[in-house]
Amino acid sequence: MGEGAEPIIRFEAVDKFFGSFQVLKKISLEVALGERVVVCGPSGSGKSTLIRCINGLEQHEAGTLSVEGTKLGQDHASLNRVRSSVGMVFQQFNLFPHLTVIENLMLGPVRARKLPREEARDLAQRYLERVRIPEQADKYPRQLSGGQQQRVAIARSLCMEPRIMLFDEPTSALDPEMINEVLDVMTELAESGMTMICVTHEMGFARRVADKMVFMDHGEIVEEAGPETFFNTPKSRRCQDFLQKILQH
Amino acid sequence: MYRATICLLMLTLVSGCSDQWGWYVVDPTTKNGAVNLQFLLSGLYYTVLLSVTAISISVVVGLLIALPGLSSSRPMRVVSRTYVEVVRAVPILVLILWVYYGLPQLSGLTITVFWAGVIALALSDSAFEAEIFRAGIQSIAKGQYEAAHSISLSYADTMRFVILPQAIRRILPALGNQLVYMLKMSSLVSVIGMQELTRKANELVVSEYRPLEIYTILVLEYLVLILIVSAGVRWLERRMQSDERN
Ligand SMILES: Nc1ncnc2c1ncn2[C@@H]1O[C@H](COP(=O)(O)OP(=O)(O)OP(=O)(O)O)[C@@H](O)[C@H]1O
Ligand SMILES: [Mg+2]
Repeated sequence: MGEGAEPIIRFEAVDKFFGSFQVLKKISLEVALGERVVVCGPSGSGKSTLIRCINGLEQHEAGTLSVEGTKLGQDHASLNRVRSSVGMVFQQFNLFPHLTVIENLMLGPVRARKLPREEARDLAQRYLERVRIPEQADKYPRQLSGGQQQRVAIARSLCMEPRIMLFDEPTSALDPEMINEVLDVMTELAESGMTMICVTHEMGFARRVADKMVFMDHGEIVEEAGPETFFNTPKSRRCQDFLQKILQH
Repeated sequence: MYRATICLLMLTLVSGCSDQWGWYVVDPTTKNGAVNLQFLLSGLYYTVLLSVTAISISVVVGLLIALPGLSSSRPMRVVSRTYVEVVRAVPILVLILWVYYGLPQLSGLTITVFWAGVIALALSDSAFEAEIFRAGIQSIAKGQYEAAHSISLSYADTMRFVILPQAIRRILPALGNQLVYMLKMSSLVSVIGMQELTRKANELVVSEYRPLEIYTILVLEYLVLILIVSAGVRWLERRMQSDERN
């Protein structure tokens, strides 16, 4: 994260609409290589939309968004380049239910990265070990607990060896006792130097790993600060209220 | 279903004792009866071959019609929609006659009875297959496409490895129904002279004058064939489900 280094993700005055409803309003945000950003904010504030723009799941209408220097929204080639370097983990896991765990992990490497099957299998097995479920390789997703499924989903993304990882409320669909096993995996990933943007309301995790906190409300970035400042002296009223509510439980 | 078959069989056998019935025409213990019975059963070959060939083609065509129907481009959707509406509106018998007698004049190619039957049945069925595929593909959650997108799969790979395997599992009962429907509709190809079950029965009726017995056998032939297919589809469904569970 050297000073003046080109940011790996850069939003400049990005607008996004759903019909006439403006979900993102003049978003400007920079993420440096290796930086860990945690995004929070009330429901419907546009957090998911913000990170979905980064891997092209949503297209913005105005402003510029570039990932590793490639501008999004130009053509297919640039979209393909960008999405191959961005991994994403979803709230609902979105594992492929008809494939075993190892097949879920191997599909991307074999079909998109064109790795030979044996190499892809070794890679998949390595990442399963990294998320600590190597013994579940031949099971189907439905046979695993929610926490295990989410760890498989993380491993599936990592098998593409992305340089950026996006997390959209990865623990919101989990039973409380499974949240930590997923957060532990994410913490390890953060420690390994991965560039990460996490939408989450797990503030303990945010304090531990975030380099930068972003608070969104009504499609705007209302507050952007390091975790110290963010949690101790938030500037805006909206952010103060939000933190008060969320930190109560 | 099985009980119904047995009831029907008993009924026909019992009533076979009355004077109206003359089961001798298909009595396998007599020489003539055995020959007649074999003649009737020999139609099975073309009924099955015709139906299976036609449905194999119509599944592929149906899928190729369904995919543009799901695209975000309006012209593509219109083409797909129009195909389905037009083809679905033509009665199968009319399509058979048109393909056999009309198409050769139009194209200058001669066409065998078998292939005319296959083309007509496949064409007609493809519209229904397209609708089945469309519903099946639409039933797959958006998250599956998003996950495929996020691991950089191409559109073709997303369909082939993620969406279609799941969709096909869901539409399997409907595809099984279409095969049953196809087996029944193949009887219509008898009008252009296809030597399948119905045609064989018609020809035997002309020479033996025993429509009651011969058509009863024909009914039973279709019934048994379709019960076997239904059982096969159910077996396949169970196997695919246990594939996902075990
Ligand atoms: N495909 C869509 N079409 C129309 N409106 C949408 C669509 N997706 C999201 N929205 C709307 O955009 C707004 C922002 O949605 P978004 O999912 O980004 O919010 P969020 O901050 O992630 O909320 P949550 O915490 O509930 O996940 C919401 O009001 C939502 O209803
Ligand atoms: Mg969201």
